[in-house]
Amino acid sequence: MEHGSFTNDSFASFTLAEEDHTLANAVRFMLNQDPRVTFAGYSIPHPSLECVNVRVQTTGDPAREVLKDACQELMLMNRHVRSVFDKAVSEFKVEQARLAAEEEKNKKAEEEELKKQRDLLASMDIESD
Amino acid sequence: MVTEEDKIFAKNFRIDDLSDVPAGLPRHRKLKQNRVVSKKDASVDTADAIYSGGYVSSGVDNSVKLENFYEDFKVDVISCTETDMEFDMIGIDAAFANAFRRILIAEVPSMAIEKVLIAYNTSLIVDEVLAHRIGLIPIAADPRLFEYLTENDQPNEKNTIVFKLHVKCPKGQPRLQVLTNELQWLPNGSEFLKETGGSTSTSNSNSKPKTYTSFSCSQDSLPEYAESPITPTYLDILIAKLSPGQEIELEAHAVKGIGKTHAKWSPVGTAWYRMLPEVVLLGEVEDEKAERLVKVCPQNVFDIEDMGNGRKRATVAQPRNCTLCKECIRDHDLVDLVDLRSVKNHFIFKIESTGSLPPDVLFTEAVKILEDKCELVLADLS
Repeated sequence: MEHGSFTNDSFASFTLAEEDHTLANAVRFMLNQDPRVTFAGYSIPHPSLECVNVRVQTTGDPAREVLKDACQELMLMNRHVRSVFDKAVSEFKVEQARLAAEEEKNKKAEEEELKKQRDLLASMDIESD
Repeated sequence: MVTEEDKIFAKNFRIDDLSDVPAGLPRHRKLKQNRVVSKKDASVDTADAIYSGGYVSSGVDNSVKLENFYEDFKVDVISCTETDMEFDMIGIDAAFANAFRRILIAEVPSMAIEKVLIAYNTSLIVDEVLAHRIGLIPIAADPRLFEYLTENDQPNEKNTIVFKLHVKCPKGQPRLQVLTNELQWLPNGSEFLKETGGSTSTSNSNSKPKTYTSFSCSQDSLPEYAESPITPTYLDILIAKLSPGQEIELEAHAVKGIGKTHAKWSPVGTAWYRMLPEVVLLGEVEDEKAERLVKVCPQNVFDIEDMGNGRKRATVAQPRNCTLCKECIRDHDLVDLVDLRSVKNHFIFKIESTGSLPPDVLFTEAVKILEDKCELVLADLS
């Protein structure tokens, strides 16, 4: 919901229902990073109300468009975070699997070496007999 | 004598144009911008100038650029198991890290027992306490395969998981511990018959008897559960203790929900982050002081380096271990030599899953939820 002015759309308050600090703080951050914004802030009118009020004042652009851009950019950033995170996790898992395989290989080699030595020892015993 | 040329030069002179003047913020300002410093009695530079024009008088643009973010953002996975995960998130603001944390705790859905139908309970634990205890048991079921049970819905195979618990401690036996492994999954739904007030009509007698759920098919016919039945995550959680002769018979119905409604639906034991600590020695810490510094740190952040001819020097060996406990700067001699800082845009993020989903999936789910929120606002505004 938007509370604005008919004559000047460069400032407005928006009420986001069923949202809290989670979204509002991130949106506020994105708004503040926009050079067109002169003021951006949010408040929760009452702890028992499930809504936040976001205030946007701009240098002239419509506040609604600026807020939309902020949300759009926030979404793009999230998308990027997800792709980077997924890539990092899959790389980590591949690396873990490689390390585990290597360890397995080393273990096997060690066991074989031990077996060889044991066999050698056994064969030596027979010879001595 | 000031000539006309000098005047023009002075008019157009800008110190930033000189080749040996570095661009961007000066070093001490940069330090204030991206480090929190823990001083003896309080932290300083905790606030971020998030306003895009915050450094305009220094000629620096503080606005966020998507391209810069795409280039700078980095994730380093430190460890990742089925239940725990630790990773570094670099180049992002606390607003984001905190949004992810809050969503992980309160808004990523999971399955938890919501209704407990108690048929028989002679144990020492009263019904409501028993129901509450059972509600808190983490269930290892993928919540993405289920739908929310709304008020108008009938509980069916798409939104409810039913467990049965029937234990009796026989007379003459020692006391019995009822653990979560006694919870038995009922893929066909509830087995308790619903009492239809008074006389039962004959037309209903041929059809299936009415129970507390209306499953149209068995859940174990679904491909996801054909091989692995749904169980609690841990099979050794104590639910109740029974004395000889006592008995519990009940049915537990698990539904999908979020941690905002009740903590039992939180998919994480906890999710938290901290800023990367940075420990800097501002001067040489030598000999007796060095030994004192190493000894005073409970986290073994510092190490001693031998410089030859019996002289020792302290070095920062493991700054990541630092918990910013400030023990080292309580010492009068060391307070001016050690600087405890936190990097403002480098987060060490930890997620402990309760077993419904692995922690890396939980995080991607959390990011998706934040995306959906943005989309919702966008749809609302246009």
